[in-house]
Amino acid sequence: MAVCIAVIAKENYPLYIRSIPAEQELKFHYTVHTSLDVVDEKVSAMGKALVDQRELYLGLLYPTEDYKVYGYVTNSKVKFVMVVDSSNTALRDNEIRSMFRKLHNSYTDVMCNPFYNPGDRIHSRAFDNMVTSMMVQVC
Amino acid sequence: MEGLTLSDAEQKYYSDLFSYCDIESTKKVASNGRVVELFRAAQLPNEVVLQIMELCGATRLGYFGRSQFYIALKLVAVAQSGLPLRVESINTVKDLPLPRFGASKNEQESRHTTSYSSDTENQGSYSGVIPPPPGRVQVKKGSVSHDAVQPRTSTDQQESTSPVVSPQQSPPTSPHTWRKHNRHPSGGNNERSLAGPGPFWSPFSEAQTGSSAGDAVWSGHSPPPPQENWVSFADTPPTSTLLAMHPASVQDQTTVRTVASATTANEIRRQSSSYDDPWKITDEQRQYYVNQFKTIQPDLNGFIPGSAAKEFFTKSKLPILELSHIWELSDFDKDGALTLDEFCAAFHLVVARKNGYDLPEKLPESLMPKLIDLEDSADVGDQSGEVGYSGSPAEAPPSKSPSMPSLNQTWPELNQSSEDTAIVHPVPIRMTPSKIHMQEMELKRTGSDHTNPTSPLLVKPSDLSEENKINSSVKFVSGNTVADGYSSSDSFTSDPEQIGNAVTRQRSHSGTSPDNTAPPPPPPRPHPSHSRSSSLDMNRTFPVTTGQQQAGVVAHPPAVPPRPQPSQVPGPHVHRPVDAEGLITHTSTSPQQIPEQPNFADFSQFEVFAASNVNEEPDDEAEKHPEVLQVEKSSDPSGSLRVAKTDGRIEEKTAASAPANVGKSTTPLAPPPKPIRRRLKSEDELRPEVDEHSQKTGVLAAVLSSQPSIPRSVGKDKKAIQASIRRNKETNTVLARLNSELQQQLKDVLEERISLEVQLEQLRPFSHL
Repeated sequence: MAVCIAVIAKENYPLYIRSIPAEQELKFHYTVHTSLDVVDEKVSAMGKALVDQRELYLGLLYPTEDYKVYGYVTNSKVKFVMVVDSSNTALRDNEIRSMFRKLHNSYTDVMCNPFYNPGDRIHSRAFDNMVTSMMVQVC
Repeated sequence: MEGLTLSDAEQKYYSDLFSYCDIESTKKVASNGRVVELFRAAQLPNEVVLQIMELCGATRLGYFGRSQFYIALKLVAVAQSGLPLRVESINTVKDLPLPRFGASKNEQESRHTTSYSSDTENQGSYSGVIPPPPGRVQVKKGSVSHDAVQPRTSTDQQESTSPVVSPQQSPPTSPHTWRKHNRHPSGGNNERSLAGPGPFWSPFSEAQTGSSAGDAVWSGHSPPPPQENWVSFADTPPTSTLLAMHPASVQDQTTVRTVASATTANEIRRQSSSYDDPWKITDEQRQYYVNQFKTIQPDLNGFIPGSAAKEFFTKSKLPILELSHIWELSDFDKDGALTLDEFCAAFHLVVARKNGYDLPEKLPESLMPKLIDLEDSADVGDQSGEVGYSGSPAEAPPSKSPSMPSLNQTWPELNQSSEDTAIVHPVPIRMTPSKIHMQEMELKRTGSDHTNPTSPLLVKPSDLSEENKINSSVKFVSGNTVADGYSSSDSFTSDPEQIGNAVTRQRSHSGTSPDNTAPPPPPPRPHPSHSRSSSLDMNRTFPVTTGQQQAGVVAHPPAVPPRPQPSQVPGPHVHRPVDAEGLITHTSTSPQQIPEQPNFADFSQFEVFAASNVNEEPDDEAEKHPEVLQVEKSSDPSGSLRVAKTDGRIEEKTAASAPANVGKSTTPLAPPPKPIRRRLKSEDELRPEVDEHSQKTGVLAAVLSSQPSIPRSVGKDKKAIQASIRRNKETNTVLARLNSELQQQLKDVLEERISLEVQLEQLRPFSHL
């Protein structure tokens, strides 16, 4: 399943990054960071259609030999980046989409919490649990 | 007994307890008396205690050896946590709080570590130990005194402030730890920092140090902590009362409660509190919460916006992270606002947290906001979140009244439940019958015989809305699976007329759907004629109005959209779905319609034989049944087909007695016979569901028997032939009915299967990943 999930704020700083296994965290951080360029590229490519018509799910950002990176942008320019293991061939696009949808829903719930200030790091346990479920599933 | 693994803390605690019970210093056996007393102090029901003792093997052995004692203690902890008592649970339950005993044991005093280490929520050995809120002075004394005071002094103040005997078995294990402190008059941390609002205790510090819980001060006042601090907000008035209590508590600090007194006090407390549920909100607490709610939002049914709630709860001086977590737990519907229930839950959690209890990972059941039944609907959406409540989804678009046949409705409801995890499993309701019934009712406004629908009608709107939601949601989910034949989901209509349309649409969708039930009867259908009472009259009136009626009847069919008829012709049971609809509605109204059956029967017969002048009278009950059913169906949204026939029938009915009508209509109409038959079948299908089958048959039979009296104006030969034809047809219809019923049942089962499959899929979010 996903080996790394990251939520990036509009200003391109991470709100939430989690990856397994933990020792490769740095590598995934770097991967996510580089993927941001790709995200921006795709977003700008959609151009004028602006938000409404822009599809939230960006799809495969770029593949490497070990893993694939998928992206998703919300209407508020918050980006979700997911790194999945390439060996996981069973993962279909639909599944990735549904995972992003879940992420988005959880993120919305976090936003609804008045004690959460947008721009803070996400500490919500519910969000954590959801991400954990997504990450450990296939393990 | 299986091997028992204890954590270090548990080990210490248990050994302390054992030594306490080991009055004879045998180091082997715990005195039974002490043990029993100890267990009683655990505030468990007697039968539970007995069960524990049995499980640990003491009853078998006759005494409490060390291992039995330990096992028993573990079981006490299990029981206090609310888990079922099982032998295997002693080892499988992780992070079990230490067992709490109400009896005041002063032995613990020595243990009270004065150091209140503010651990972070460490659920480690002291599972549930609550780290004292950082910076909070330990008021252990205060708590003690409160405890002591509360039960003993029962000062009004105390009562008022600590009204809730919050369940003794407060979730975190802390209670026993802080109880120790409480009891300890001289312990290091006597200083009770009444700092700020209300006393907050960090009772557990000593527990955290690992002081063997053995000496847990079994002050046994479970309620105290929450009560003392439950109004911990700085600006809340109750703090004053709490503070007032402090002086009292100070006095008590010096007194050491005897075990007996403590025990009794505890027991009194216990009885008053609902110790079965540590998170339960007592009435006083609730009242307080409600008052607080009112200060923010005067309307008890309204919401507190997130920002206001944030300010309010920030006053409690809890860390933002914890407040955030509390919010997550209590905002059940995730709407960013708090309803009264949610607010009470949040407040309660804050109070508990301030008292040192750990926050649960998920909302305790007692704090869940009340769910609203779908039927009550209204604001269900907000509250229902809990699984098992068929709440929110129902609200969806009430405007849509699914006119789908029952088949559709059963599984959509199931799907809905699966989709909306919060919803309690909705009991599949046969919507169609009710809806159809409703339609019938509307159609047969004049018909007073359909009285029964009143209740179903009332239910229908909610059901309809429910179904609508369900259907819509289901549609999303299962898309095509449902679509087959039952695509009527898109044909939801809230009115009979609409339903009729829907039905027609359905028919178009599902090729197999017989037209019988689909087309809604034209609004102006004069139903009174279908009444049972009228049916007989019809017979009488039939001969009189035969000509007219026949003419009229003849006229009707042409007026009716021909669609149904052709479809009717094809196969009797094809229209099962449609029939089902009709049947369903029919069934719902069957009781009332029974009397009409004879009419139907008459009509159908008449139609079938077209020419029959009178003899229609259905000699066969079967025929009558179907006919009646058909007639009823015609009243139902069955639509055009019905219309044709029903029109004829209706007219006849209006004439007054069904039989008469039947006779009349049947004769002139040649094609109608087939539809009639089909209707019969649909009715047949309905019938099985209703079980009024037999009744109808009986009625029909009765009617039939009465019919022979109809004058046979037609030639005898013709009659004979017709009679024979009729008989054959009757047998045919009977068989057809059976067939349709069976098919109907098959469809229902298939629908359920589909819905279950859909649910299963939904429940496996990423299983395929």
